Amino acid sequence: MSTPIVATTVKAAVPKPAPAPKDEIAVLAQKWKKKRGSLIMALHDLQGRLGYVPRESAMKLGRAMDVPLARIYEVVTFYNYFKLEAPGKYIISVCTGTACHIKGADQLLKGLEKELGVSEGQSTPDKEYHLQAVRCLGCCGLAPLASVNGKVYGKLNTAESHYVIERTQIDKPMVNAHEEAAAE
Amino acid sequence: MKPEELEIKAAAEIAKQQAFDARLVCCTSTGCQSSGASEIVAGLKAELKARQLDTKVQVTGTGCMGLCSKGPLIRMTAKNQKDVLFSDIKPEMAKTVIDNVVAPVLGGATIEQPTGDLEKHYLDLEEPFFAMQDRVVLENNGRSDPEKLEEYLAHGGYQGLRKALTMSAEEICKDMLDSGLRGRGGAGFPTGLKWDLTRKVQSDVKYVICNGDEGDPGAFMDRSVLEGDPHAVIEGMLIAARAMNATNGVFYIRAEYPLAVERIEKALRQGRAAGLVGKNILDSGWAFDFEIRLGAGAFVCGEETALIASVEGKRGTPRPRPPFPAVKGLWGMPTCVNNVETLANVSRIMLRGAEWFASKGTEKSKGTKVFALTGKIKNNGLVEVPMGITLRQIVETIGGGTGTERKIKAIQTGGPSGGMIPEHQFDTPVSYEHLQKLGSMMGSGGLIVIDDKDSVIELARFYLDFCVDESCGKCAPCRIGGTQILRMLDLIVEGKGTSEDIRKIRKVAKAMQKASLCALGQTAPNPILSALKHFESEFTERLQPAETAKA
Repeated sequence: MSTPIVATTVKAAVPKPAPAPKDEIAVLAQKWKKKRGSLIMALHDLQGRLGYVPRESAMKLGRAMDVPLARIYEVVTFYNYFKLEAPGKYIISVCTGTACHIKGADQLLKGLEKELGVSEGQSTPDKEYHLQAVRCLGCCGLAPLASVNGKVYGKLNTAESHYVIERTQIDKPMVNAHEEAAAE
Repeated sequence: MKPEELEIKAAAEIAKQQAFDARLVCCTSTGCQSSGASEIVAGLKAELKARQLDTKVQVTGTGCMGLCSKGPLIRMTAKNQKDVLFSDIKPEMAKTVIDNVVAPVLGGATIEQPTGDLEKHYLDLEEPFFAMQDRVVLENNGRSDPEKLEEYLAHGGYQGLRKALTMSAEEICKDMLDSGLRGRGGAGFPTGLKWDLTRKVQSDVKYVICNGDEGDPGAFMDRSVLEGDPHAVIEGMLIAARAMNATNGVFYIRAEYPLAVERIEKALRQGRAAGLVGKNILDSGWAFDFEIRLGAGAFVCGEETALIASVEGKRGTPRPRPPFPAVKGLWGMPTCVNNVETLANVSRIMLRGAEWFASKGTEKSKGTKVFALTGKIKNNGLVEVPMGITLRQIVETIGGGTGTERKIKAIQTGGPSGGMIPEHQFDTPVSYEHLQKLGSMMGSGGLIVIDDKDSVIELARFYLDFCVDESCGKCAPCRIGGTQILRMLDLIVEGKGTSEDIRKIRKVAKAMQKASLCALGQTAPNPILSALKHFESEFTERLQPAETAKA
């Protein structure tokens, strides 16, 4: 009597053939190509997905959007936000804006450099952490502060580098905050 | 939406809010979010629901209430009860807040000052930090939810636009000129004049750009306005567009401000759905829409021609002016770039009239100014004060001094483009002219306090290093001059400098001010020059030993 149910279950368990993986870069190039002057937005989109702008992807994007590679590099190297090398899984950004600077951002950064064994701008050899100093994160009331994958941790004691690293265990790896913005 | 529907929706929202006996608003801006604001809102809602009080008490998010260092803040509004503010709330305190304050108030009690666990979290709204502020730009922060259009409408939202739609472009420009509003990005160019210049240029396509590329490290006014009252900025831009017959709008926002971008997107979606943005705005037949472009971390993009290049997807390098953007801007079309805070003032001026705005402030600097008060100061955060207030009132009365046994040595306004103002000049009123006379500038509103233990050389070096790093490299005075001053400054810091170096710093600085292409290079020497002017002894003390003996 219960055969139909079994049949349904079996049917549901059979996986549908997976759709052919879409070429992400082609898709995003298509999306932005229509809008004039959208190279920076396309690069935001690309970095949001991959965490940085790899050379091959930049070449592909250039071909798909009809933009010379030189122009892409011109833009990527001009703006601080874009990265040319793969960052670690957890990006720790220490704010070095004026308020944080006055409240000891340097010590916080040095503590993190010591703890992770890398210099600012570098990733750990296991690619787990990437440490960077950034311009103002705009939460000056909580100085000094750092963010881990975009989540802000404020009012840090300058000796709290360990605390920041501990946070990474809880936070999700790299997420794309601008995907929606780009989709508009 | 038809114009008269604005009132209907506003009235419906007011009635909805009044049906509750009490309302709790929690700051949900980036700073407080990092301290768990979303969890607090959720926790309060859950706790109220569990006690079946959710029909009596409304819980909602709001924009920055100012005292960021003590966030997250919660404000309670209740019938027959003065507003109460609590600081440093943690997600696990939801129960305490309801037990100690909300439940007794619902039971008919009036809370003067809470006792028990909440006592140390209580903030008196009569304190100078709150009482001395005059909130125009930030008026909705602390009372409405930035994510709800209806709440913006409840406080007269889009009524300014409605009025503007009945006026001619020329009349709107004149109103703005009469109000005396000047650009809040720092330079202080009269907004009405800027609009009028763009209005007079004939073109089928014209752009209005909102400059949300808040580059000054140590400033967060624009972030707070975009996050806390996105509709006010959108309404301001729509009015600006009407004033110069513009056809397209662009929001240029820092990529480092994801929440601000999210709130603007959401507000635009709400606006489009309600017929306030997009086609047939307020049933007038007029259409206007926006695009969002993200910055990518370049301070120079705050300069309007560089910003325009960046919107075009290029490197953000400035170009010589004229032609000014009003004539030739984005894609070669007439363009007007306005700062976030400027635009947030616009809808309020439209609604309440130019005279109302012009009644605030000094003779030449009207209205209010938002400052991000940070550094060695007790009350860290966002303040909005009327122009003409003295620096001492801001720093000592509102800011509460250093909050430690140390004394305030100086402040820096205007970020990397501004200058240091020593303590003995704090009785100067805040206005574009007065601050310029002191060798600083209004800037966008960053106000950094340093105490007597901090070194001015160190601060000047920090700003100069920033400008050298951010120089786009296009013009020689900025590119070479900055580096040379930094090199000489480093010699002084290392104790190897001579008085000749100080003389040369002044000389190079002058060249940069006169010959740089844009404001970045022209103003980059300001911090070092003001430090030399007011604290020269700190420099001479660190010269080579032989030199010090001579001095």
